[in-house]
Amino acid sequence: MNALDERIVRATQAGLPLVAEPYKAIAASLGIEHSEVLSRLEAMLADGRIRRIGAVPNHYALGYTANAMSVWDVADHTVDELGAQVGALAFVTHCYRRPRRLPDWPYNLFAMVHGASRTDTALKIEIIRTALGLAVRASDVLYSTRILKKTGLRID
Amino acid sequence: MDELERAIVNRLQGGFPLSERPFADAARELGTDEATLIAKLKAMLEAGTLTRFGPLYDAERLGGAFTLCAMSVPPADFERVAALVNAHPAVAHNYERAHRYNMWFVIAAASRAQIAPLIAAIEAQTGYPVLDLPREQEYFIELRLVA
Repeated sequence: MNALDERIVRATQAGLPLVAEPYKAIAASLGIEHSEVLSRLEAMLADGRIRRIGAVPNHYALGYTANAMSVWDVADHTVDELGAQVGALAFVTHCYRRPRRLPDWPYNLFAMVHGASRTDTALKIEIIRTALGLAVRASDVLYSTRILKKTGLRID
Repeated sequence: MDELERAIVNRLQGGFPLSERPFADAARELGTDEATLIAKLKAMLEAGTLTRFGPLYDAERLGGAFTLCAMSVPPADFERVAALVNAHPAVAHNYERAHRYNMWFVIAAASRAQIAPLIAAIEAQTGYPVLDLPREQEYFIELRLVA
C-alpha cells in the first residue's frame, strides 16, 4: 500500500466527517486534492481493501443480543461450495474456512449468526444445518457471553 | 427506531456515494434531505445505534497478519488469563464463549512471522495451550443486519 493510501486510511478508519462535503474535508486535512481522495477511495473499494462505505450498526443496539459462532465439520472438497451457500444466507454476518486442529478441534467452517434471542439464533442455525444437509459430519455452537476486549482492527 | 433510522440501517450499510455532496445524494435516495440525514447520523452515533459511519476496511487486505485463537481455561483461572491475554496490544478483541473453549481472541500483527512467538508467549504466561485458527477463505456475505 502506498503512503497516500495509508494516510487516507488513517484519516477515515474512525469514520467520515459528518459535513456536507466530507471528502473535501479529508482532502483539506491531508493537504491533497479532493479528486485524489475520491480516486484513492474508489481504487480501494474496487480491490476490496474497502469492503463498503456506509453505516456500521451496533448489533446490541439493534436488539441482536444472542450472538453465536456456529462451527461445522464438512469434507474439504465441498467446503468452498458450502461456505458460499452459507455466506449467502441473510442472517450470516461472517463466514470463513479455517484449519482443523485434530483431535481437539474438528471444525473447518465457521458462520457467525446474530439473533434477538437464543431461540431465534438457534432457528437460524437450524437453517444452516438444513442447507448443509448430509455434508455435516459434526457441528457445535458457541454463544458469546462477554466481551473481554474490543479495540477493533486499526492501523496505527 | 423511526423510519429514517430504519432506512439508514437497512439501506445505507454500503453504497454511500463517492461524490462531492454524498450526504445530499444519499438523502435523496432515502427520501430526506442532506441536513436531516447528517443530523440523524450524528444522533445515531451518539446513541450507539451505529458504531461508525464511513469506509469499512478489510484489515487483512490492508496488510498485516491475523489469526483467531481459542483457549480452554478453567473458570477459576479465567480472569487471570483474560488479563494476561488482553495486556498484549496485538490482541484486538477477545470474547468469552459458553464452551469448553471459552476464550476466543484475534491477534493482529504486522506479519505472519510475528504471530507464532506471540502465541508461544501467551502459552508460556498462562500455562494453557492456544489453538491457532487463521482464516483460509472468506465467503461472500450477501446481506447485512436488518432493523
